[in-house]
Amino acid sequence: MKIYGVALLAGCFLIGKFTGYALGMFINIEGDIGGVGFAMIYLITINSFMKKKGLLKKETRRGILFWGTMYIPIVIAMSATQNVKAAWAGGWIALLVGIVVVLLIFLFVPIISKIGNKKEPIKL
Amino acid sequence: MLEILENIIDKNGLIFAFLCVGFLMLFSFWISKHILKNYIPSVAIAIIIALGLAFFGSKNGLGNVKVFAGLSLLGGSMFRDFAVVATAMNADIAKIKAAGFAGSISLIVGVSFSFSVGALLSFLFGYTDIVSITTIGAGACTYIVGPITGYALGATSEVIAISIATGVVKTIFVTIMTPLLAKGIGLNNPHSAIVFGGLMGTTSGVAAGLAATDVKLVPYGAMAATFYTGLGCLLCPSFFYLIIDYFLK
Repeated sequence: MKIYGVALLAGCFLIGKFTGYALGMFINIEGDIGGVGFAMIYLITINSFMKKKGLLKKETRRGILFWGTMYIPIVIAMSATQNVKAAWAGGWIALLVGIVVVLLIFLFVPIISKIGNKKEPIKL
Repeated sequence: MLEILENIIDKNGLIFAFLCVGFLMLFSFWISKHILKNYIPSVAIAIIIALGLAFFGSKNGLGNVKVFAGLSLLGGSMFRDFAVVATAMNADIAKIKAAGFAGSISLIVGVSFSFSVGALLSFLFGYTDIVSITTIGAGACTYIVGPITGYALGATSEVIAISIATGVVKTIFVTIMTPLLAKGIGLNNPHSAIVFGGLMGTTSGVAAGLAATDVKLVPYGAMAATFYTGLGCLLCPSFFYLIIDYFLK
């Protein structure tokens, strides 16, 4: 059932958030420190474990995948509810940072591609 | 009549938000396909329109306009974080192992480098508080990492909007530049596509850029990019925040 997947996702999410807040308390920062990242790690780990054991049913998976596909619409809603008026004043920083970062990173591609390249397509 | 409609929307704000975002995406998809010939991904167009619409509101963007109040719930941190975690479902440990050492290196270099450039530039151009610098640096990773970091650290909405805009500029620029620069940087095989995805991180930009270069490379780049957001969300509000904190104290 799809709800099993949603519940599994919710479990990973909450434990991840808990880890984030606990880490925050540990290093004396009030707030969630990387909770989403931890939650993702938990989900990836459980996912690959259950896949190996053949425990992950298709419908369960679908319950999680649905929420994954909702992330783009949610980001759009998030963008529409930001303080854009205030950001406009400093908007050129966004343009500058975005372009500079991308141009510099393009230079890294051939350098890092040299690591371990056996010239044969990697099997996925 | 109008009163009844307003009343329904008022009471069902979240549902109305689903309808609005759906329409906006349909519209953006149409523009991307028919007017811009897929040069700019539809998601990027939708985000630009959404940011533009936010002008009609105030502090919470369009969320301040009564009928669109449901957008604040849909775009709030609860749903956003939940959906981002769900995207990890498409990532697979076995697959990232296949990408090998170069893939991992590219992820670490990509996140650290983007953050450093973003943080440095924001500092050079007048931002002096640790939270704002970290948030804009995180925005230089992706438009997801930016706001997640910003909310976690309690950044102002203005700074969060800048970090989203930074990520959006990155996505658009990656999409436009990838097919133009692919040949020059040897982006013509799965190996370099994985490295490219890991370095750039913006999944929609990487996928769209690679699609315009060579469709066969898309899954390799997109797979590596999936891990980028997770790594960014993990490092930016924690390790990188502490580094910025160390430098500015």
